[in-house]
Amino acid sequence: MPDNASPVRQPAPPASSKDLEREVADLIVQALNLDVTAAEITPDAPLYGEGLGLDSIDILEIALVVSKQYGIQLRADSEENEHIFRSLRHLVEYIAAHRTK
Amino acid sequence: MSDVARVAAALPAGQHVLNVCSDRYRFTVGFAASLVRGKVSLLPSTHTPEVIRQLTVFAPDAFCLTDDPKCDIALPRTYFPELKGEVTAGLAVPAIDSEQLAAYVFTSGSTGTPLPYKKTWGRLLRCVHNGASRLGLLDGRTHTIVGTVPPQHMYGFESSVLLGLQTGSALCAERPFYPADICSVLASAPRPRVLISTPVHLRALLAAGMPLPETDLIVSATAPLSHELARAVESAFATRLLEIYGSTETGQIATRRTAETAEWQLWPGVTLTLKDDGQAWAQGGHVEQPTPMCDVLELTEGDRFLLHGRMADLVNIAGKRSSLAYLNHQLSSIRGVVDGTFFFPDESHASNTGVTRVAAFVVAPDLDAATLTEELRRRIDPVFLPRPLMFVDKLPRNGTGKLPQEALRELAARHLRPPT
Repeated sequence: MPDNASPVRQPAPPASSKDLEREVADLIVQALNLDVTAAEITPDAPLYGEGLGLDSIDILEIALVVSKQYGIQLRADSEENEHIFRSLRHLVEYIAAHRTK
Repeated sequence: MSDVARVAAALPAGQHVLNVCSDRYRFTVGFAASLVRGKVSLLPSTHTPEVIRQLTVFAPDAFCLTDDPKCDIALPRTYFPELKGEVTAGLAVPAIDSEQLAAYVFTSGSTGTPLPYKKTWGRLLRCVHNGASRLGLLDGRTHTIVGTVPPQHMYGFESSVLLGLQTGSALCAERPFYPADICSVLASAPRPRVLISTPVHLRALLAAGMPLPETDLIVSATAPLSHELARAVESAFATRLLEIYGSTETGQIATRRTAETAEWQLWPGVTLTLKDDGQAWAQGGHVEQPTPMCDVLELTEGDRFLLHGRMADLVNIAGKRSSLAYLNHQLSSIRGVVDGTFFFPDESHASNTGVTRVAAFVVAPDLDAATLTEELRRRIDPVFLPRPLMFVDKLPRNGTGKLPQEALRELAARHLRPPT
């Protein structure tokens, strides 16, 4: 029985990381109106600059979607920030570890 | 002043400085040090390899002042010296001649060569002084300025760096990016505090749905804000929001409180005149010479006017300005491109932060998308990289070789995804 008195943040239902990867890729493609399908985003290709060719406005868009969808507020001063946007896989790992919804 | 003296001593002999320091304090000290040494700051709108190459043609003695060890700009590099906070006693604030050339700012031009505009120290100060007065910052209090715009962009240069120097305000060295960063830098800035920002960041702040720190004034520029967004920002921050209008060529020339009025009010001394062809020209005050404005303006009463959007050829994405003519020139000068054109979709394609991107159609049977994008990335600012880039067999040119807007719109309707 869940204990309603202790509002411990429950991790989101355990989706497989592949599912989450696909879900995040879909969100990115929609939010940025990209010319590729979610399946075409290589999990290990850089998101920023070369690779998918995103710029800082895109990163802001992704941050918005990520905060709405997963309840995570990204911070540029965290050392992880550069790491997070290194690739779709890194972003997905970060979301899986920090999501609050 | 000690920091300025230290950096001034470290600058090399070249007369032209490309100051790319991302830290706002270091940029400001670097700019002041350049002034003291009689050097001219170069403020191009972007730092692509092609623009840097053109800068070396314009000013062969140019060097780059940077605070980034990973900086790869192809100019002789001077690293910003480490400042140890040592204070040298007895340094007076130097008097800079108002006729001294302080900076060259550049617009992209339409032929592929950036066009330089001279900014003398006196005119820059006069502009910013008028601005400070309009923004209500000359009330004797020390304000703290938090900026989300880079100090190298004309707006960031005027409204953070120069505004800070002119009004004796404190500058926050950071350039916060994510909504959570902006809120935390704001919250830690002593009041009264001013947020110098853009529609993109303001939209993101509202959409993030976080508690917003009390702020005494919010300033927005780079693209017009809607009445609705302005009201939402004012009510979310419980403050005033003032918008600034200007251009690279003229500097800032007008303000409005968007939540209350659509009309802009010109700054003291500046006047607008409509020429027979309907183009508005600005002159007087701090404007160096009569200058055509790149927007469609309607003069209303006295020093008031309305803004009815940009002229057809111009593109403004998040404060970076270019023209379709310039972008098309860059596209067609790539080896392997037979024909090509950029296209600006209507604003229903805007994203959550209100940004609409340019698309491009290209005829280039021997090139693939990756190669072409890489070539474009060398030449144009990344915000203008076409999204999407569409390969077609031919462009719908008419009998005289022109591309009618209507034909382009039809082509786009067939290729672009409908707005979501």
